[in-house]
Amino acid sequence: MKQMKTTELPRWATGIVLPLLNLLSALLVAALVIHLLGESPVESMKILVDSAVINPEGLGYTLFYASTFVFTGLAVSIAMKAGLFNIGAEGQMYFGGLGLTLAVLAFDASLSPWLMIPLAMLGAAVFGALWAFLPGYLQAKRGSHVVVTTIMFNFIAASLMNFIIVKYLLPEGEQNPASRVFAESAALPTLNTWFPFFGDTPLNIGFPIAIIALVIYGVVVSRSTWGYQLRATGLNQHAAHYAGVRISRMIIVAMLISGALAGLASVNSIMGSTHYLSLNFPAGAGFIGIAIALMGRQHPVGIFLSSVLFGALIQGGFDLSLEKPNIPVETFIFIQGLIILFCGAMENLYGPALLKLINATRKG
Amino acid sequence: MQPAVEFRNISKAFGPVQANADVSFTIAKGSIHGVIGENGAGKSTLMSILYGYYHADSGQLLIDGQARNIRTSQEAIDLGIGMVHQHFMLVENMTVLDNVMLGAEGGFKLAAQRKDVENKLRDICTRYRLDVDPLATIHDLSVGAQQRVEILKQIYRSANILILDEPTAVLTAQETASLFEILRLFKDQGKTIILITHKLGEIMDITDQVTVMRAGRVAGAVTTSETSKEQLASMMVGRPIEGNLPRQPFNPGAPVLKVSNLQLQDASKVQLLADINLSVRAGEIVALAGVSGNGQSELMEILAGMRLPTSGQVELEGKALPYTGRSNADGLPSTFRQLGIGHVPEDRLRDGVIKDYSVMQNTVFGYESRVKNRWGLFDFDAIAKRCAHLLQAFDVRPNNPDLRIGLLSGGNQQKVVIAREVSAQPKLMLVGQPTRGVDIGTIEAIHTQLLRLRDEGVAILLVSTELEEVRALADRIVVMSGGRVTGELPIDEFDTTRIGLLMGGMHKS
Repeated sequence: MKQMKTTELPRWATGIVLPLLNLLSALLVAALVIHLLGESPVESMKILVDSAVINPEGLGYTLFYASTFVFTGLAVSIAMKAGLFNIGAEGQMYFGGLGLTLAVLAFDASLSPWLMIPLAMLGAAVFGALWAFLPGYLQAKRGSHVVVTTIMFNFIAASLMNFIIVKYLLPEGEQNPASRVFAESAALPTLNTWFPFFGDTPLNIGFPIAIIALVIYGVVVSRSTWGYQLRATGLNQHAAHYAGVRISRMIIVAMLISGALAGLASVNSIMGSTHYLSLNFPAGAGFIGIAIALMGRQHPVGIFLSSVLFGALIQGGFDLSLEKPNIPVETFIFIQGLIILFCGAMENLYGPALLKLINATRKG
Repeated sequence: MQPAVEFRNISKAFGPVQANADVSFTIAKGSIHGVIGENGAGKSTLMSILYGYYHADSGQLLIDGQARNIRTSQEAIDLGIGMVHQHFMLVENMTVLDNVMLGAEGGFKLAAQRKDVENKLRDICTRYRLDVDPLATIHDLSVGAQQRVEILKQIYRSANILILDEPTAVLTAQETASLFEILRLFKDQGKTIILITHKLGEIMDITDQVTVMRAGRVAGAVTTSETSKEQLASMMVGRPIEGNLPRQPFNPGAPVLKVSNLQLQDASKVQLLADINLSVRAGEIVALAGVSGNGQSELMEILAGMRLPTSGQVELEGKALPYTGRSNADGLPSTFRQLGIGHVPEDRLRDGVIKDYSVMQNTVFGYESRVKNRWGLFDFDAIAKRCAHLLQAFDVRPNNPDLRIGLLSGGNQQKVVIAREVSAQPKLMLVGQPTRGVDIGTIEAIHTQLLRLRDEGVAILLVSTELEEVRALADRIVVMSGGRVTGELPIDEFDTTRIGLLMGGMHKS
């Protein structure tokens, strides 16, 4: 006899109700902490929502951050589908930024934006993929666990980039460890050109590109035979081998795509905002990708919604700390941690109870 | 005398599935009581309730005449109930002694009690003729010996009621005989044994009373000496079972599979397969008989392309299979499928299906490249049509293509796997343990399908550890032992004793 597991919950429950309950729990704990800091949780929440969603400019910033997170979220998700926990999106995004920058520094004076931007994106994707290749190869051929190698590669990327930026990219006479500022041809067109509603925000074509990436991801993963094999590899490697999937190639390819997507995350944050390569520019976006993949359950809609949520938390949290001196900026990191805790580590906390409730209502 | 166990109106449901419905029967003290039934008949659920894993929705459980509410397995153990699971609960790299003491250490300092427990174990071993060295490490022991360790563990914890779940599934005929000796000794000491099985022969051999379960209910309770296999079988399925399935006269065609001098060594140079020579003709079922773990699985994996042989040659319709020039078997099964080799794997949950995929998705598993359009996307209409046809033709229940296959019973999962492999119209079909964990009604359906495939001219290589199955299906029997072929005989010379000896490694003499 089979024991009823939480996985037997209907899809609307695992896909919508559980994540919402988890999110609510995280926010409740956050509210408690804000209360302990001596501020009103309700008022703080209001400020947060106001500045992140209701205010058009705030919304613009929220979606700008979300555009980056969609890519890191996709990067972690596609690896997760293959059963690989890619912790290295941070490093891959960082290294992808180098590919982008090298392309731009070489051609931004001579190429038009129509050529410059795709070329820079290609550079970002190739370098990101490159940084994910070795962990993927080692996992596939040597069984070195990808979690361990990608963590190490994050550190290597940080040191290597530090070296490259300071030694080779720093313009003469500059103190700030960053490359030179890119020419206008390498700037992503902002959306307020067409939608003045968003006001003065960096929201750019990176956002529609992210949406396109989500759609492609959704189709490839759940409609293509390749995606079918990818998921089979993640769910049961023995069976995938039986079915004729080339497991080691699948692992390497999944890591390459994952790395390329992480690399592409740098496009929005560099070419959409700072316009130069700076030290530690990913600023944790790769790690947020992990939370997004977990919370969005690797589903394109879920990834989109969680990306927007995290974008809103950054944007709103920043304004909140300006308005409420008792609440430090780090509160956002704390809330982010809570969300990861509830959505990742305690994913099934409410599963059994919800199952009971559903069974009870069905009987009654 | 008080009965050892009494079930009174026990009911238990899992969601919409009624696993036990109003089950009532008693088990006499000092008897061997058989509980039989098809898969999913509710035997395991009932025993899990007795052992404290599950809690009955309603009904009463009496142990030695007293109503008990067993909430955890620890409480069951305290009441003197012991369970030997089908899959052993042993720590492989610990000794017998440590395994017995695990969970019953009885204090912080281990060393002090070790000697004590060891002596007790030696004493129990002599008394029950268990033949186990307390200081041996588990992974060095044979399957039969590991099972004796499980029994030893229960006796040490002074179990008076011993539940055995399909204990002979992994044993040779000789090991089964010695297990039954032990059980009889156990009974002579006044202890009670509950034997869960679906093998009617064993029930007739050893039990005093039998309870037959069907669809969660008690379908019959009889005294073993007053019943027959036929009667039990028809109680189990609810209808009389046909003895022999119809088959066309044996009329083999050209050889399809030819294996010559096949060798396989593992990484540490242990010889897993030695000098295998074998052929299967079109329209012929060749059964590889043998106790499991004697190289049959490895041979099947090689023939399916899941594993590379160390040396030797395999020909399919006269053409050598492409093992050479590669460092691993990655992707090879796909090539073999295109060459016309179908494979129903032995371990269907490990290899044959993706539990989290729907029934429909599983019907194209391994053949997904045949149902894609030019964009590399699935042609869902074609798949759905194909799936509906297969579920109908192979009578998969429930007939719902969108259900996760993990929710189907073992028999129905197997039907999906067989349907998928048959529908690809292979020239050679490799079939591993097709009816393991499958209920009697489904066994018949699966056997019928395999015989039909044979009559259509497909060459079939079957691995089975059940001699009944071998007898029902095979045209020719090849016996394996220790990675070698020890004998070969046509079906009309079927002889249990001779096959048993060959399985034990006695060469053709």
